[in-house]
Amino acid sequence: MPSDEYLQGIYYIQGRDFVDAGIVSSEIKKSLKDKGIPESIIRRVAVITFEAEVNMISYSEQGTIQLFIEPDAITIQADDIGQGIEDIELAQQEGYSTADDSIRELGFGAGMGLANIKKYSDIFEITSNPGDGAHLKSVVKL
Amino acid sequence: MTLETLVEKLELKCKCCWEKLKTTEIKGGYAGDLLSDVMANSKEGSIWVTRQVHLNIVAVASLKEHAGIVIVQGATPDKDTVEKATREGVPIMVSELTEFELVGRIYQLLQNG
Ligand SMILES: Nc1ncnc2c1ncn2[C@@H]1O[C@H](COP(=O)(O)OP(=O)(O)OP(=O)(O)O)[C@@H](O)[C@H]1O
Ligand SMILES: [Mg+2]
Repeated sequence: MPSDEYLQGIYYIQGRDFVDAGIVSSEIKKSLKDKGIPESIIRRVAVITFEAEVNMISYSEQGTIQLFIEPDAITIQADDIGQGIEDIELAQQEGYSTADDSIRELGFGAGMGLANIKKYSDIFEITSNPGDGAHLKSVVKL
Repeated sequence: MTLETLVEKLELKCKCCWEKLKTTEIKGGYAGDLLSDVMANSKEGSIWVTRQVHLNIVAVASLKEHAGIVIVQGATPDKDTVEKATREGVPIMVSELTEFELVGRIYQLLQNG
């Protein structure tokens, strides 16, 4: 994780709160705009934060997203408390999803979220202790 | 093509943000009901055609800076959806056509400039 001096914000996410899905991502987007970060970078970060945010809402009890802005990179660190991920490799495969009907009804559960995050990141790391939660780090280089 | 022209030509019902119709230029289009697909593959300035009606579509359209959302087959957007769209300035329109027919019509209009 980048040093604290680059920490731009910590955003809290509540599990199962689909009504507020996207609020954190749009706050992060605003904050990057204010900082004068290039549009093309902001677009990539928006996809990454949205997918991380929705996954926390869908599959965790609660979590945080931390946004770091360094001179040469933006880092998104997403940490949650919850069921975690049994098989990280499988979870990253496009099309794999454990979303239930209530989640699918909302248009989520295509199994594309993690694949999208990976695609839009320059560096992508995900770890999990099943039963404890999931930790995701994504870096977009400036 | 502006949103206003689209609304007139295809007889769409506009649900909110009427003030933006005249000034919003449509740069392309995307159709999809899976939000991660739309999130990853749609472009800014596009008109998004979908059958989803719940409020998460507003978050996606707003983050992706879409020109607006068209809901197909005469479905009614949830009340929360219209409220959020009004707050975020995302025009929502409704068409009686099916997704297939509507996309065909929009594609044609965009091709003809
Ligand atoms: N934070 C998390 N905690 C626990 N499990 C997770 C978490 N994020 C993802 N998963 C697991 O990984 C699977 C794949 O996630 P991914 O985001 O790629 O797809 P999805 O959420 O199922 O569908 P989509 O993102 O396309 O709407 C999920 O179905 C879930 O089982
Ligand atoms: Mg997901």
